[in-house]
This record gives sequence, structure tokens and C-alpha cells, in this order.
Amino acid sequence: MSQPLDYLKETPSQTAGPYVHIGLAPGAAGFEIFETELGRDIAGPNAAGERIRIEGTVFDGTGAPMKDVLIETWQANAAGIHPHPADPRVSEVEAGFRGWGRVISDFDTGLWSVDTVKPGAVRGRSGRMMAPHISLWIVARGINVGLQTRLYFGDEDAANAADPLLNLIEQVHRRATLIAERTAPGRYRFDIHLQGDRETVFFDI
Amino acid sequence: MNRPTDEFFQRDRTWHPPAYARDYKTSVARSPSLPLLSLQQSLSEVTGPTFGHRDIGPLDHDLIRNYAHGGEPVGERIIVHGRVLDENARPVPNTLVEVWQANAGGRYRHKKDTYLAPIDPNFGGCGRALTDEEGRYFFRTVKPGAYPWRNWVNNWRPAHIHVSVFGSGFAQRLITQMYFEGDPLIHRCPIVNTIPDPRAIDSLIAPLDLNAAVPLDSLAYKFDIVLRGRRSTLFENRLEGN
Ligand SMILES: [Fe+3]
Repeated sequence: MSQPLDYLKETPSQTAGPYVHIGLAPGAAGFEIFETELGRDIAGPNAAGERIRIEGTVFDGTGAPMKDVLIETWQANAAGIHPHPADPRVSEVEAGFRGWGRVISDFDTGLWSVDTVKPGAVRGRSGRMMAPHISLWIVARGINVGLQTRLYFGDEDAANAADPLLNLIEQVHRRATLIAERTAPGRYRFDIHLQGDRETVFFDI
Repeated sequence: MNRPTDEFFQRDRTWHPPAYARDYKTSVARSPSLPLLSLQQSLSEVTGPTFGHRDIGPLDHDLIRNYAHGGEPVGERIIVHGRVLDENARPVPNTLVEVWQANAGGRYRHKKDTYLAPIDPNFGGCGRALTDEEGRYFFRTVKPGAYPWRNWVNNWRPAHIHVSVFGSGFAQRLITQMYFEGDPLIHRCPIVNTIPDPRAIDSLIAPLDLNAAVPLDSLAYKFDIVLRGRRSTLFENRLEGN
């Protein structure tokens, strides 16, 4: 026997279920209750940088679009600063830039979209620069623990090639699952596949 | 005192439900089949959104009053309270807790819910609160009813409240469900049973807390939530590398 370690255990996750909208996006569930719904304005009116829209669909293992998904996004501003006290440059973040967003897929088509500004590169571990990216957290009915991944940008070839995270993906062809395709100026497409040939790389992080 | 840039403990994936759980049928086609990519954390994971009192309204935590349309919701009046802690047993202050639930009859106010139990005109079924400096939160609501769902032919969800918590970094993000002590449906539920360890299931069951009840008014249940702890980086350089 030894001395016991007195850590607590993390509360186990459970699926968000089919009615996640009631709690996190009640307007979509069909009623108005809160004065402000959170997560609708990621960048605010003062943010510098390129205004972008990202669209996509989440597909299940049968190839069907998922119409009950909720995605949260987290990102740095165009200068690569997170609006959080742990970021050494937090005081430089534009007023109103929250960096966090919450979107749901359309009940009929499964399409979701995010309006924000393109983030800048962020200093990573040991000072290595990470290519511009947005962190994603995906929950839905049937997802037992929220899925974590990242979205990179298809017009950042040089930065992506040097990105420490992308380079950790052993199967080189799977790196493309994290890269949003630029479809027009300021527009990107990012589909997420939970299974199959194009299964998105998800993280334990 | 931990610094906010400290990394989180590794998540114990054997304590959480696996992505693929045969008896929860919807998970079969919605579970990644390839292994997760294990990554060390960067600033993108140890930071996360922050919230303040400007984000929420004064009635948001009171589900008995926040959707009242000329009356009060039907059902057993309860208080749900507890603390948000991390795995080091330190309180997580000023963090956003969001809840949603069915009404006392087991019906959700959602355009996709077609269960035959009636909508309650005075019950919305969602609320949100910020924890205080000691990590405490509370909601007032009515006890949700059990409801049937399509999985096996005769599956019923135990009474439950869905709970969403942020913590201070994006890697702490968590959604779970709170159950009620004594409910015989808990251990018959395929969603509950996605969790392999019975002690982990116990940690989702809120005990009746008569000391927190309001006499002649409301019963109370206590539900503590634990988020990932942060390592003290005593022996190494800080994340940002300087
Ligand atoms: Fe539910």
C-alpha cells in the first residue's frame, strides 16, 4: 500500500442529445428566452483582418449529412493573439473580439457556416509557429465525448507545411482533412467526416 | 496557485464513454473509427472563451420564472446546486454553466420533439449561470420527467438535466447529464451505460440534499462538476517557451 493520491476524477461526458439547441441555441429550438444568445458574434465590429465565411457539413459514417450538430470555434485574432488572460499580448486584442463562436447545422440540409476574421499564426510549443487555425469542438446526438479538431486554411501552403501539428499526422494524405478549401475570396469550405475514407483527424489533446 | 497557462492533465479516456457504444445505436455511425491523434497542448488549447455577468440576464438561472407566461410551470419544484472544481479540487470561478431539460411530463420545448406529453406553457427548459469565486452555482427548476426514445423499442431516459460547462481553457469543454438519486431507470439506460466504470456513473447521480431544500417550497439536489486539472509546471519551461 501507499499513500492515496487525492485527485478528483473528471466528470464523465455524456452525449449532448438531439435537443442541445434548447440549452445552447434556443432560438433554433423554436423559442425566444434569453436577451442575448451567446457565440453568435466571434470577431466583433472592431477586429482587424480579413472577414471570412466558412461553410461546411458534418457527415456520418453512412455519408449522410448530420442535421443536429453543434460546433464551437475558438481562435486567435488576426495578429495571432487569444482574448484570454494567459496570452501575454492579450491587452492588444480589439474591443469586442471574443474569439469564440457557436453554430448549428441547418435542420433540413445539415449545412453550417461561421462568419469571423481569419486568425493569424500563433506561437506554439518551444516557440515554433503554428499556421493560422481555428479550433473546433463538435457535439451531437450519438457523439459521446465532444470531438476536438482544427481547421487550417487552404491558401496558407507554406505555413501549413511547417505547422508542427499537421506534421505529426503520420499518414500524410490525412493532413488534408484539416484544411479548408478556399472557394472564393474570403470563402472557405470545410467538411467533416466522422468515418470513412476521408475521416477527419480528431485529437486527444 | 496555478498559472492559467499551465497544461491540463491528460483526459482519462477509460473513464469517459468510448465513441463507439453498440447499445447506443446512434453512436455506431457517429463515432470516429481511427484513433485520436494525441497532442501536447499549446496556447490554442489552454486558453478559451471568458464570460461575464453582462452575458447573462438576472432570471437566466431560474427556470421556474424565466419563461413564465402568466403562471408557473407544473412539477416538483427543485433547486440544483453544486460547485465546479478541477481535478486538483480547486474551484473554477466565473465559468459558464448552461442547462437544458424536459418539462415535468418529459416533453422538450423543441420543434423536433413529438412526444405526446404536453408542452408546459410556462416552462422553457433552459438556464445558465456563472460560478462564483468559490466555484458555486445554482438553478431553480422543476424536476424533469422520464421520456421514451427510439433505440431499443422500449427505452426510457431516466429523469436528467443536460449540463454544459466551459472551464478556463478550450480543452476543458464538457457536456454531460445529471441524474437523480433513486431513479430505477438510470442503470437501464443505454446512454448512461456507455460509461464503462460504475463509479463514473455514480458521479453523475445527484443526491437529494435536504439541507439545501427550502422548507415548504422546494426540494434540492447537489451536483458537483469536475473539470480537467492543470499541471503545475514546476520543472519545465512555460508553454510559450520563454
Ligand atoms: Fe435529454
